[in-house]
Amino acid sequence: MMVKALVNRVRFIGNGMLNISAGVGRAAWFFIHVLSWGSGFKAPFKRLLQQVYQLGVLSLPIVLVAGLFVGMVLALQGYHILVGYGSQEAVGQMVALSLLREFGPVVTALLFAGRAGSALTAEIGLMKATEQLSAMEIMGVDPFKRIMAPRLWGGVITLPILTVMFSVLGIYGGAFVAVEVLGIYDGSYWANMQNSVEFNEDVVKGVVKSLVFAVVVTWLAIFHGWNATPTSQGISRATTATVVQASLAVLALDFILTAVMLGGF
Amino acid sequence: MTSKNLEISVGAFVLAGILALVVLALNVSGLSYRADDQSYYLFARFENLAGLSERAKISLSGVTIGRVVSITLDTEDYVAVVKMAIDKDVPLTTDTSASILTAGLLGEKYIGLSVGADDELLINADEIEDTQSSIVLEELIGQFLFSRSE
Amino acid sequence: MENFAELVDLSFSRDGRLILDHISLQIPKGKVTAILGPSGTGKTTLLRLISGQLKPDSGDVIVDGLSVPSLSRNDLFTLRKRLSLLFQTGALFTDMSVFENVAFSLREHTRLPEHMIRDLVLLRLQSVGLRGAAHHMPSELSGGMARRVALARSLALDPELIMYDEPFTGQDPISMAVLVKLIRNVNDLLSLTSVLVSHDVEEALSIADQVYVLSHGRLIGEGTPEHVRQTDSPELKQFLFGHVDGPVSFHYPSKPLAQEVLPL
Repeated sequence: MMVKALVNRVRFIGNGMLNISAGVGRAAWFFIHVLSWGSGFKAPFKRLLQQVYQLGVLSLPIVLVAGLFVGMVLALQGYHILVGYGSQEAVGQMVALSLLREFGPVVTALLFAGRAGSALTAEIGLMKATEQLSAMEIMGVDPFKRIMAPRLWGGVITLPILTVMFSVLGIYGGAFVAVEVLGIYDGSYWANMQNSVEFNEDVVKGVVKSLVFAVVVTWLAIFHGWNATPTSQGISRATTATVVQASLAVLALDFILTAVMLGGF
Repeated sequence: MTSKNLEISVGAFVLAGILALVVLALNVSGLSYRADDQSYYLFARFENLAGLSERAKISLSGVTIGRVVSITLDTEDYVAVVKMAIDKDVPLTTDTSASILTAGLLGEKYIGLSVGADDELLINADEIEDTQSSIVLEELIGQFLFSRSE
Repeated sequence: MENFAELVDLSFSRDGRLILDHISLQIPKGKVTAILGPSGTGKTTLLRLISGQLKPDSGDVIVDGLSVPSLSRNDLFTLRKRLSLLFQTGALFTDMSVFENVAFSLREHTRLPEHMIRDLVLLRLQSVGLRGAAHHMPSELSGGMARRVALARSLALDPELIMYDEPFTGQDPISMAVLVKLIRNVNDLLSLTSVLVSHDVEEALSIADQVYVLSHGRLIGEGTPEHVRQTDSPELKQFLFGHVDGPVSFHYPSKPLAQEVLPL
């Protein structure tokens, strides 16, 4: 009796592993397929524009507001920590470095996963549920090229732009708090920052991170939409999976990328 | 959303992104347009750098006039050799002295230059003779105790 | 009588369940073929096997001389330009207008100038009676209208074979009559081959030239509508004439009533 229960448990785990493997395999094949942007369909640029609008322009409000607040909070908290060492003049560089290296790419990616990622999954899942993707296939149009690829490229272009804007707003928001509210000398805020922020080191690496995040988040969003069971429950499950997995992936990748960038593994 | 509006808003979005990047480059990271041919190089040897790093600033009378380009170890004399890039429009006399100083309480090291009274000027690839190593706290205490015990 | 398509000894199973069991049937050119059967017998699966969206476990699917399961992805897409499938829900693209939906295949597969596309689209919409609705969005249409637009869309590229997946299900009598008329007219006027999958017996029989009846993965009847109506098979009779009880029993298998309800 015990043995049977044990065997069943192992079989369950084994199945789970196989399923995960199968899932990863499907996702990988999917990714390669989506990357293709072959000939045979019209006006691809217009479609890309539409996606950049949907994913990027429409995400602006949340990203800009979030950036502003994150920057302001960083300045506030940073000031109170640094003041204990008498180094409150360094708050500028603290805000800038935190934003450019970490908060900018990560928070923007998380917001993107929640807003744009879930929208993508729901949209594609719904298309699958109402058989629009099937209809397209039967009409001889590859839904990968027409629907998926523009969305993937749209995401890859959009997220780095959003990240940069997030950081800028955060830094200026921090400046406002530091200079107007906390009384730091305007010159010190910016001078200290400029002295310690390296374009190649901090800004560029932040953008590189956001590119990696963009690929992963968008790919997961599209994949889960395409893979969803065509019922309302299925779509809701898929949307949740996108947000959860994308968020975790961003955080995990952030750690790996940071380790690589700082120490060289 | 008409096609025209779509193009305009996406274009604006991308332009804003580029603008943000430019702001980051200039205002935030202080990227300057100093090309390589606007600096000349000088060397200086120090016994102890104690925390001076590459890209540390070099200042004269408090004005940043250059950056540390590279740091190497001379294995014959066992001293640190610092290569510095100085702005071309800053002339330095041959008896200029270089000291490693600490900026602020957080201990960022930089090189401070002090010009002398010589007529001759340093040229590219010259070496600054008069150098003062970084002050290491332990040595200072050691000196103090030593002199005290006398 | 030439066959446009043929299923040869086809078997297909999904999740371990045998859905189609060694089925052979012929789709003659230029005629309307109806495939009837209770819900869930795999009629939709049949259509997807013909269009190559599914691969059979054994047997073959031949469309215009080509063996569908062995086509490469590109060849398959080329073949599909000559086929059309009308989905049960119409499956219109919700982010495009009616006009754009019908114009879809024309834009994707041809390089016709815009004014020609416009004329073709309007003509197609005219043939299904919806030319005036060209600027509506799919969400603004009723179910019946959506299906008619989908029909116009399927006809846009002048296909050779058109397949209808449960076209009559859930339609009011007027829409039903319209669809029935359209399917027959379109087939004759455009010299198409039509395959119609349904469980609405009377409607399907009224326009079909040839009928196949599927049940539990096997064919239980085939022939012309008249032939099939005069069948002796109890299974077939029950389905065709809607008898409540027969080979497909009314009661789910259970113990005798007396045992369960009355005290022992």
